Amino acid sequence: MPLRAALFRKIHTKGETTMSLLVLQGAVEQGFIYALVALGLYISFRTLDIADLTTDGTFTLGAAVSAVFTVQGQPLLGVVLAFFCGALAGFVTALLQTKLGVQPILAGIITMTALYSVNLMVMGKPNINFFKEKTIFTAAEAMPGGFGSLLQAAAITAVLCVLLVLFLRTQLGLSLRATGDNRDMVSASSINPAFTTTVGLCLSNAVVALSGALIAQYQKFADNTLGTGMVVIGLASLIIGEVLFGRGGPHALAKGVLAATVGAVVYRIIVAAAIAVNIDAKNMKLVSALIVAAAISYPAIRDKVLFYRKRREANRNV
Amino acid sequence: MSEMLELRHISKTFGAGTINEKKAVEDLSLTLASGDFVTIIGGNGAGKSTLFNAVAGVFYVDEGRVILDGEDMTFLPEYKRSNHLGRLFQDPLKGTAPHMTIEENLALAYLRSVRTRSPFGTVSKKDREYFRERLAALGLGLEDRLKSPVGLLSGGQRQALTLLMATLVTPKLLLLDEHTAALDPSTAEKVLELTRSIVAENNITCMMITHNIRSALELGNRTIMMDAGRIVLDLAGEERAGMTVDALLEKFRTSAGKELDNDRILLSDRE
Repeated sequence: MPLRAALFRKIHTKGETTMSLLVLQGAVEQGFIYALVALGLYISFRTLDIADLTTDGTFTLGAAVSAVFTVQGQPLLGVVLAFFCGALAGFVTALLQTKLGVQPILAGIITMTALYSVNLMVMGKPNINFFKEKTIFTAAEAMPGGFGSLLQAAAITAVLCVLLVLFLRTQLGLSLRATGDNRDMVSASSINPAFTTTVGLCLSNAVVALSGALIAQYQKFADNTLGTGMVVIGLASLIIGEVLFGRGGPHALAKGVLAATVGAVVYRIIVAAAIAVNIDAKNMKLVSALIVAAAISYPAIRDKVLFYRKRREANRNV
Repeated sequence: MSEMLELRHISKTFGAGTINEKKAVEDLSLTLASGDFVTIIGGNGAGKSTLFNAVAGVFYVDEGRVILDGEDMTFLPEYKRSNHLGRLFQDPLKGTAPHMTIEENLALAYLRSVRTRSPFGTVSKKDREYFRERLAALGLGLEDRLKSPVGLLSGGQRQALTLLMATLVTPKLLLLDEHTAALDPSTAEKVLELTRSIVAENNITCMMITHNIRSALELGNRTIMMDAGRIVLDLAGEERAGMTVDALLEKFRTSAGKELDNDRILLSDRE
């Protein structure tokens, strides 16, 4: 009996049916794949300090390209091309904001909107399913024990995490981080911020598209709405991870990629748990929005609370 | 001595054609020999920072030419000129990236300047040793804190680090825009002393804007006074050596036809 089925049964015999290990495993698998979105946002949002809304469109773009090629029997080529198509989408957003004077937020919205049509063109229809096609997960799914997909997803994410940390330590990576950390310094050093911003947005969107490509093949299904809300979901994942691991300090990079990965996995487990206790999965976007809004507004709220407390005490002493 | 910087009749007007039109620099010419250390003084709005920004390429000049070490840089963008320039500002937070470590900040300054390195170059053991050695020379104990985020350092430490980054690879020209003005007096003194030694050791051509007339006369080999976008006084050699703060203020009065209108100068130097 496969190990997974055994565990599944054991849970059931104990009567703890709120969430089976099978569901948990699925959530973790998805978490590792969605972690790439959080990693992409770690590059654009945390490193470059740009809220890049292209992400929603790019995720779907990756899924669309990947699906179309998988149907043609070329799943691996689909994943590779999705990566480069994502980079191209990021390049368009970067061009709009660095060379054409479009505000960063609007640049992302423009590209995202354009991608909605582009994605439909790529797929030729609103959704594609390919339940019988060979995907890059097919070989892993057949592995004994039933943990093949999990290992493959985890391995892909781990490799990307390592590559990203290595890249951010190179001269170009350092320049990219400085661009987001101190604009004044960058303009006074020999860094061209337009160039580093472009590199960062291309890389970020390439990784996001890769996530979309892998998700499409994992669930054997691509849909034109897959990426909707992905920016907020990715940020929520990243923020959850940062709560667990902290931010900055001597090992800021390692903490960052770890936060993105673990945060995404935790997020998917929360979604699975919500479904298991019969909360409509549709509400998860509301929950994600609340997590992001609360986490980002926390310093402002904290300062207000401290100010009111101080004022109250000062007035009492008068 | 060869010429390092040559400014030929540069002019810059802000808000041309509007009610706020301001001729910040007007028909200014200046030549610096290699190894010159020029201090620049002048009242608020005299055009000192505009002069620096014109050299650094923060904007393009309306007229004139900017030539550095024989190369015409008049129409080169800021980031390209920065390959040859070191710049420090009054705000010590401007020159370093707070969330990156001391080592990463130094690496940024170092790896970019070493032309043979690729964009994917990283810090080698030898580089790290070199960083440590240069940091030790600052005498601030930073050599043991390579992995600390720069945001944890004090303003003086950050300014000293910025100075080191700007001179880690010797620039053709170092521009110091009141780089000690935001520091407390003893820290300012220390950073100024570091500036003096680093500039002297590496024979760096340097321009320093200051509100402290005493240090303007003590440091360097030449002092320029600006007013209304022009150079009104250019002191060097014996004339400069015999100059006192009071005599300089008097000289300004006769040259510019008015008092040096700067409270900070008057408060800080006429003891």
